[in-house]
Amino acid sequence: MSINYIYPEFEVVRRDDRCIRCRVCERQCANEVHRYDADEGVMISDEIKCVNCQRCVSLCPTRALKIVKSDCVLRENANWSNQTIKEIYKQADSGGVLLSSMGNPNPLPVYWDKILINASQVTNPPIDPLREPMETKVFLGKKSSPIERDASGNLKNNLTPQIELDMPVMFSAMSYGSISYNAHKSLALAAKELGILYNTGEGGLHEDFYVYGENTIVQVASGRFGVHENFLQAGKAIEIKMGQGAKPGIGGHLPGTKIVGDVAKTRMIPEGSDAISPAPHHDIYSIEDLRQLVYSLKEATAYKKPVIVKVAAVHNIAAIASGIARSGADVIAIDGFRGGTGAAPTRVRDNVGIPIELAIASVDKRLRDEGIRNNVSLVVGGSIRSAADVVKAIALGADACYIATAALLALGCHLCRTCQTGKCNWGIATQRPELVKRLNPEIGKERLVNLMTAWKHEIKELMGGMGINSIEALRGNRLMLRGIGLNEKELEILGISHAGE
Amino acid sequence: MYKIDAKDAEFGELNAKIREVSDDVKIENCLGQRFIAAGLSGKNVEISGTPGNALGAYLNGSSVFVFGNAQDAVGDTMNEGKIVVHGNIGDCVGYAMRGGKIFVKGNAGYRAGIHMKAYKEKFPALIIGGSAGSFLGEYQAGGIIIVLGLNADKKIIGNFPCTGMHGGKMFLRTNGKDLNFPKNVNYKTADKDDMTEIYPYIKEFCSYFGYDEKEILDSEFTLITPDSNNPYKQMYVGN
Repeated sequence: MSINYIYPEFEVVRRDDRCIRCRVCERQCANEVHRYDADEGVMISDEIKCVNCQRCVSLCPTRALKIVKSDCVLRENANWSNQTIKEIYKQADSGGVLLSSMGNPNPLPVYWDKILINASQVTNPPIDPLREPMETKVFLGKKSSPIERDASGNLKNNLTPQIELDMPVMFSAMSYGSISYNAHKSLALAAKELGILYNTGEGGLHEDFYVYGENTIVQVASGRFGVHENFLQAGKAIEIKMGQGAKPGIGGHLPGTKIVGDVAKTRMIPEGSDAISPAPHHDIYSIEDLRQLVYSLKEATAYKKPVIVKVAAVHNIAAIASGIARSGADVIAIDGFRGGTGAAPTRVRDNVGIPIELAIASVDKRLRDEGIRNNVSLVVGGSIRSAADVVKAIALGADACYIATAALLALGCHLCRTCQTGKCNWGIATQRPELVKRLNPEIGKERLVNLMTAWKHEIKELMGGMGINSIEALRGNRLMLRGIGLNEKELEILGISHAGE
Repeated sequence: MYKIDAKDAEFGELNAKIREVSDDVKIENCLGQRFIAAGLSGKNVEISGTPGNALGAYLNGSSVFVFGNAQDAVGDTMNEGKIVVHGNIGDCVGYAMRGGKIFVKGNAGYRAGIHMKAYKEKFPALIIGGSAGSFLGEYQAGGIIIVLGLNADKKIIGNFPCTGMHGGKMFLRTNGKDLNFPKNVNYKTADKDDMTEIYPYIKEFCSYFGYDEKEILDSEFTLITPDSNNPYKQMYVGN
């Protein structure tokens, strides 16, 4: 037997005085960490399999369990971290490309945390959302049509189709396949109740979810899985996915092992066959080609659906966004480098792309400078973690935000970052029926609705504090922001002053 | 059949008209109008002239006959129906098509049949009478691509065919000796059973374009298939 160079990352600490041998941990762990030894009458752990998802900890009836990071580490080295060394062992062992899940976990700057929000004192009175109306509704879509009136002076509605949202947050794309049926259902139910939209991702739309069409964005990506006439007609809007923050510039390979049953049916590909999304759309090599796909979708749906073009935030994002704004797209969605994923090569996830905060600021500025900001709405994600992030994003210039990791956390995700294994013990990133049923869509919906309702109130509180009573008046209002601990270049790109200025 | 004169018509205007009409449609003097028959079902379309890009994108059951050449992205993400082109066709024909048939009398440009896929009763077929450009059948996941090389004055296909192919079949009317295929595919001379499989497509092809099926079939065909439907399984290690 060859030597296993990798020591378990976590330790299972079991307090024997509390453990009642009920074996719940054993039944709950799809990674098969826990086992009961009947001869000795003890529970045994195989810690190398533990991913620290905390399912056993949460369900242990006597609180006998905790998972801790192992302190058995290699000799300290500021250049060669333990993680880096382990990655080398893994690759030397397998010859494989390192594959990770969820967003970039590295300690790179989080600009949200270096931006502070203003509040009114004395001169412009703050507004209390508990006693005064506050508008959180937003409309996404082209706004540049000239105002026209009919013979009797009434305003003519000459707008192209708009997406109406009760609050400036939507659930971003996660495919059925990368997440479970019950996770999708939770998102769909919550979107409907909240008056917002969720997004199918590139996995097609399960037949059961067509009823939530008014609250659905249907996605068309390079693999075109599950894309057909009825699918395009089913949603409120159509999103063309050009890129994703977690893996800009590369496509996706959903392994054949996850293409089973309804997932295969919804994607309309045979069971067991890999679902390969090529890195580019091979019919799009230019903005002109993008325009062609935008218009072919509009033609196929008789100009009734707004078209969103989603791209990853990369170095040239301002110029790219300018091109998209001229392509006929109604909405540009930009995904920052900290965005989540069901699986992405580690090196791409951790090293490619730029922070969304900087991308919003430079895109909004560029579009305003070119006089085309009202041609499109701007939706941003990757990663929006709180109502404060939403307010900062809108003040930097976004129309609305996309959230996904936050939504999964609401559904019970513990960010163990092993979605790619398909063994999610919380019933989210898995297709195993016995795991999927652990997530109750009604409860999932409730938790999502709670989260969004709380954020909505917090958004109102923050806006009210600034003396602002509508999202419209907050958008692009960078005077409401100040930087802290940022250098002049960063402040220049963000278009904000330093705190104290 | 409802006749539309497309002379000087904008694409939006022309396509709105096609959607509006309940009968089959005959378009005359077509000159570059894009997106004709996008997502169309329930009526057939005949075109004289040259339709523009994305003809029959998301086509959902209609038959489209083109008496002339066609341009790029014909039959993009097509789900069902038929497109018959009595001429040459541009780049990217049949991108990600899942069902229906496309017949081209002449040559096809680059990137034909990329990511064609099949599912249950949906089984797409792309039959090219002349030659096809480079990158033919990249990422092919299902369905059938046939290139006949009739009257082609150059190699039957260009460079780099079948990269990432993981499903479906490709038939080339050649002994394949001067072609280079990637490692992820197998190729062999088509046998009697294979030829039986493509016979209906050849027959239909001949019925549109007046070729003699015996003459076409009396030649060696090379059959290319993927060696795995999980080409990238071994590529990753969990981190």
